[in-house]
Amino acid sequence: MSLGDGHAAALRRDRTIERWLMLSLAAPALLLVFVCLIVPVGWLFYLSFFTDGGVATLHNYRNLVEQPSYARIFWTTFKVSALTTAICAVLGYPLAYFMSQLSARAANLCIILVLLPFWTSLLVRTYAWLVLLQRTGLINTWGMQLGLWSEPLALVNNMTGTLIGMVHIMLPFIVLPLYGSMRTIDRTLVQAAANLGASPVQSFVRVFLPLSLPGLTAGALVVFILCLGFYITPEVLGGGRVTMVSSRIATDIDTFLNWGSASALGAVLLLLTLILLWVASRLAKGLSLVGAGH
Amino acid sequence: MASASALDIHARQVTKSYGAIVVLDRVDLHVQAGEFLTLLGPSGSGKTTLLMVLAGFTRPDSGSILFGSEEVIRLAPQKRDLGMVFQNYALFPHMNVAGNIAFPLRLRKVGAAEIAKRVEAALEMVQLGGYGTRGIHELSGGQRQRVALARALVFEPRIILMDEPLSALDKQLRELMQLELRRLHEKLGTTTIYVTHDQREALTMSDRIAVINKGKLAQLDSPRHIYSKPNSRFVAEFIGESTFLNVAVSGGVCRYRDTVIKADAAPVRDGRCLLMIRPEQVQIVDGAASDNMNCFSGRTVGRVFQGDTLRIDVDLGGGDAITLRVPANSAGLQSVPADRESITLGLSVADTTLLPAED
Repeated sequence: MSLGDGHAAALRRDRTIERWLMLSLAAPALLLVFVCLIVPVGWLFYLSFFTDGGVATLHNYRNLVEQPSYARIFWTTFKVSALTTAICAVLGYPLAYFMSQLSARAANLCIILVLLPFWTSLLVRTYAWLVLLQRTGLINTWGMQLGLWSEPLALVNNMTGTLIGMVHIMLPFIVLPLYGSMRTIDRTLVQAAANLGASPVQSFVRVFLPLSLPGLTAGALVVFILCLGFYITPEVLGGGRVTMVSSRIATDIDTFLNWGSASALGAVLLLLTLILLWVASRLAKGLSLVGAGH
Repeated sequence: MASASALDIHARQVTKSYGAIVVLDRVDLHVQAGEFLTLLGPSGSGKTTLLMVLAGFTRPDSGSILFGSEEVIRLAPQKRDLGMVFQNYALFPHMNVAGNIAFPLRLRKVGAAEIAKRVEAALEMVQLGGYGTRGIHELSGGQRQRVALARALVFEPRIILMDEPLSALDKQLRELMQLELRRLHEKLGTTTIYVTHDQREALTMSDRIAVINKGKLAQLDSPRHIYSKPNSRFVAEFIGESTFLNVAVSGGVCRYRDTVIKADAAPVRDGRCLLMIRPEQVQIVDGAASDNMNCFSGRTVGRVFQGDTLRIDVDLGGGDAITLRVPANSAGLQSVPADRESITLGLSVADTTLLPAED
């Protein structure tokens, strides 16, 4: 008796059905992303090529290039984001390392503490910093009472205040991926390094640090990208002196009802971010290749 | 066999406890220069802890460890100049094979040309010549094992420690590597301490075996003596198969149910002791027993064919039993009586081993 095609056609059909079923699980989320993200962003992008009167123009983009104030805004945005990321990395790395060396129980407790700020609203936390940092705030009052400084320090309504607030809010976003990647580093690797003659510093630099780089890169990227679009904290703590792209977009729409200009700003920020990500990923790849070679 | 630079190791009264649990209980161990010594014991016996104390990763509560004449008990691991092969190999995943092996040389500020030469020589030694540029993830388990070994040997340490290095390999590869490690040791003559829970591995590789039980050194002797003259029921049961019979001692004479047991070395103290019987040391006797044999009569209760041997359980009555093995050749198979038949077993006096009874 022949098996014919051995049910090949039927089995193929089953496979196709299964694949569609799996895809249908993702459909609601995909639909949401499409309706709430792709469509409006596409619409804004489309708007950026028209004047208020609906005439097609490149005027909005020419403006970005010709007016020096825009270049300054982009520079501020990237500077604040880069500084915040760097400070977060410097503060977050030792904390994540400490947590990675704890027992699972103690580490879980630490994670809850790290996540604690998320339980209160971002706006509340930002205004809390305003209370702490202002001229008559807690820090200045105590500092002067203790005689640490005599004049109130300018801790807020400037770059310093913006950075303090942003670092505080962004820290968990770098600590968690760092902790995750450190937790997976096999402790016997550090023992092996010591056994082969490496001092604690040498084994950190040559073994632990390179192996924790994926977590550091991931965390730094998340923080950097979140910073680029940050609005509330720079607005409240920057006191109008730290104008980031998002603030300008808000002003363009709220004050001038200039949708075209705001859309162009958004589009350029998105483009610059993508370029930066691409460069960063190239650099990271190069780094890992160098690491593998030696 | 010992190379000129090989060191002996003296561990004295090494004690380590975690809370109320004593992991190492006043361990004394002398490893001779150039010796291949195996720490053998069940899991949780403290053998790995002892190795970690020697490597410097675990700080003991008290005791003394001498490498040669140097006290190292407080010395940091990176200053001990030991080569170590870890159970999971602990190869650096962000470096290739050559990078891993060059690591200890770079730390010792060896010149680049010299490093290249020694890395290649080390790879040749473990039969991985030309593998230098491979990534660690591209290697099989056996190859990783060899890289770990090359990395531990390349800086010519005075002592080599191995923590169950073959346990992740399949049986055939494991047996091949056992012989290879043995060959390397004979060539290099470095003092080597090897941890395993596999008794056959210990018997195959070691100059001497230290059997560890519950944080104590149970017995330290050559493989041959450990097997044929264990000093306790624990060692006898842990290494090889054996059955035990209770024997009464009075006035220097041992008796099993009124039959005198002849032995080369009879216990002096009156009371009870254990007669150890290895399955391959007993044989089936028919007719009269000779003078240099101790004989036991019983009934066969089970015959199991196991390929190379036939395993037979003999019931002596009263809850006592002896297990024996006969080679599964035609003569051997014919000599075995049918199930539930009576049988007489003989154990030669030279093989008769009496152990202290347990309380």
